[in-house]
Amino acid sequence: MLIAVIVALAVGTYAFRLAGVVLRDRLDLPEPLRRLLPMAAAALLAALAGTAALTDSGAFAGIARPVGVAVGAVLAWLKAPFIAVVVAAAATAALLRLAGIP
Amino acid sequence: MRTAERTLTRDIGALGVAVVAVGASFGAIAVASGLPAWAVVAMSVLVFAGGSQFMAVGLITVGNPFAAVFAGLLLNARHLPFGLAIADAIGQGWWRRLVGSHLLVDESVAFAMALPAGPVRQRAYWSTGVTLFVAWQTGTVLGILLGGSVGDTDALGLDAAFPAGMIALLLPSLRDRDTRHVALSGALVAVLATPFLPAGLPVLLALSGLLLAWRRLPVAGRR
Repeated sequence: MLIAVIVALAVGTYAFRLAGVVLRDRLDLPEPLRRLLPMAAAALLAALAGTAALTDSGAFAGIARPVGVAVGAVLAWLKAPFIAVVVAAAATAALLRLAGIP
Repeated sequence: MRTAERTLTRDIGALGVAVVAVGASFGAIAVASGLPAWAVVAMSVLVFAGGSQFMAVGLITVGNPFAAVFAGLLLNARHLPFGLAIADAIGQGWWRRLVGSHLLVDESVAFAMALPAGPVRQRAYWSTGVTLFVAWQTGTVLGILLGGSVGDTDALGLDAAFPAGMIALLLPSLRDRDTRHVALSGALVAVLATPFLPAGLPVLLALSGLLLAWRRLPVAGRR
């Protein structure tokens, strides 16, 4: 049973991945529609960032994580290097939790 | 150019370190939930999508294998539109596509999208994909070996690091006005829908943000 679950999840996930990549060439999309594809990816990435920053298992994620992400976002806005953004976000959340703020 | 490449390597490396830690937490949680080590490794190698793996382990543990597959696939459905958007970053030729597709994860997409189309974007996609694949497997095995002594990644603040990194990679695309409107309204819809819908669906609903850009398309582009 366990192996069936893993294989089903793996095959389905790989099918999603490959389908998009292969369809891109097969679909003869008009230029304006093609312009929407990177926007679609941006919308999905923004949604992933937004939901991961603010929610946890469908509920509000608490204080430490959103504040950490916000610190990182401000640094990114100020054109700080990527590594500084990531480290500052993690450090902020970790320090807040160390101080007892969830 | 040299510096840009070194910066990219460093950025991807930093992400790789974080992914090792999250992979270790996955490995540790999975074996603690009673999964045999071979199954945990197989899952990380074959599925290679962290969110769905954590979810599947949770649902397998409570005895709901069908939900594990269904919920995992719902969470991973976003890979299809991602593939459509970044197919050029994977490159041409069948073996490239077959291997490159498996390396499609949120971060390889984000790094690729942050760079202009062409060889630079291809290199970013592949190096992110390969690095994170190796990091995820390394982390998984470490987690299995170390078990309970793997710390809580939330204590390290890694749950804040990933969305922050995503935002940093997204910012260049948001300079375009249409993309900004689409992305921000999509993210808003997703966050608002999250308390009410199963995981995965809210993120897909973010595609509704495209309606804003659709309205502005020249009529010839609509069908």
